Amino acid sequence: MNTPTPYSFASLATGIHAWLRQAISNDTLLQVTEMVITGVCLLVFLVLLCFFLGYMERKVAAFMEIRLGPNRVGPKGSLQIVADTLKLLFKEGLTPNGADKFLFNLAPGIMVVTSMMAVAPIAFAKNFQIWDINIGVLYVSAISSMAVIGILMAGWSSNNKYSLIGAMRSGAQIVSYELSIGLSLITIVILSGSLQLSEIVESQANGWWIFKGHIPVIIAFVIFIIASTAEINRAPFDLTEAEQELTGGFHTEYAGMKFAMFLLSEYINLFIVSAIAATIFLGGWMPFHIGSLPAFNHVMDYIPSFMWFFGKTFFIVFIIMWFRWTFPRLRIDQLLNLEWKYLLPISMVNILIVTAMAIFGWHF
Amino acid sequence: MFLKNYIGDIFSSIKSLLTGMKLTGYYFTHLKEIVTEEYPDNRGTLKMAERFRGEVIMPHNENNEHRCTGCQACELACPNASIKIVTKQETQPDGKKKKRIDTFVYRLDMCTFCNLCVNACPSEAIVMGQKFEHSVYDKKQLKKILNFPNSKLMEGVEE
Repeated sequence: MNTPTPYSFASLATGIHAWLRQAISNDTLLQVTEMVITGVCLLVFLVLLCFFLGYMERKVAAFMEIRLGPNRVGPKGSLQIVADTLKLLFKEGLTPNGADKFLFNLAPGIMVVTSMMAVAPIAFAKNFQIWDINIGVLYVSAISSMAVIGILMAGWSSNNKYSLIGAMRSGAQIVSYELSIGLSLITIVILSGSLQLSEIVESQANGWWIFKGHIPVIIAFVIFIIASTAEINRAPFDLTEAEQELTGGFHTEYAGMKFAMFLLSEYINLFIVSAIAATIFLGGWMPFHIGSLPAFNHVMDYIPSFMWFFGKTFFIVFIIMWFRWTFPRLRIDQLLNLEWKYLLPISMVNILIVTAMAIFGWHF
Repeated sequence: MFLKNYIGDIFSSIKSLLTGMKLTGYYFTHLKEIVTEEYPDNRGTLKMAERFRGEVIMPHNENNEHRCTGCQACELACPNASIKIVTKQETQPDGKKKKRIDTFVYRLDMCTFCNLCVNACPSEAIVMGQKFEHSVYDKKQLKKILNFPNSKLMEGVEE
């Protein structure tokens, strides 16, 4: 562990930890208190993040469609999402009569919980990570594939044909695209030799993997972006919702706060996918370093690490939004074609190349 | 051969996707392209299209003269009877009696803005106006009389 630099999140966290240690002598109690504080901070952060992502999405969509987007509530419409959330809060949380009431009310919760669990191992800044688990990559891919349970649950319990079709499509989609995501993550695991996210970030101190690993890693990166767009059910892979065909898919029957929770989990998923892509391929909080230019590297070090992390994350968020507002939706057979006939074979060959690269040291 | 097609497919599809992204990216970075009209805010500077059909109007010149001869071609052309022309006999300065319009009744609430009356008019007496803010609280106000009070037929239209 490096000594935390002043005015960083790491020093803030250490400071709070030291202060709590003085105040609370019982070790278990201390841990529980810290967990609660972390949980509350994370919840607040994620909700605010979702407000921002919602606003960003609407503005990006508008500008790409030559529109203005929200511009009435607050300066430049920045409070639009807050207003929408308030509206959803006041709406009736309706449960249809024919629905399986228990599962129907459980599904949004499962969606949000699985999304939030995947945030845990993400390194937000230098030495600032909630849970530095040694199998971080595995953990994230395992947790994120659990989202399909929430979707299937919502679709099944709604007792609605549209919901069920949407949920079934989502099942096929997530199960298929999980493979490509895993394989593209494995390329970096091979190169960095670790599943731990903090170590993967450390391994990029002399250059991000997307530069160090050149062509095979770029291919893996592109596959990861495509497959993760499908994984989080965003256009052009939003067959689960498919407004025009399925009137909203699995969340057709949901209203009010339960619907808002689906929206929340969608945006958290978007953030997680982008954060993972930024961490694995673009170096997470690691500043942009060029091997033999110490002066340049030093200047880059002055930009705080959380700025690097969020800059890269939002760059990828923007790319995924760019996809959404450019490409038309795929048909279900086209979707499965893309995965099984193109992405999967390519990533398999790619893994072979990357393995050879790692053994013979062909990367920088 | 199969492999060549396969890889060719991948590259051509990536190219077509990038073409689409280039266009949306262009719009994203060129905000001056935005076509949104912020309507109630830009009322002062609002420019309607030349061929926009807001309502039927009858232009009058500075001497309070219009070009309507009262031939009733527009009334016949109107598919839903929004136009009603009431004529009268008017004594001319040379002593002859001639048919002139008394009132040109135009019912905006029934009008579909199909432009047939304007096409039918032989003397270009009526045109389509640009005004579109017609909302009123009473339906009766939508029944309009297009010729101004005491207006006259313009010289030389009838010949």
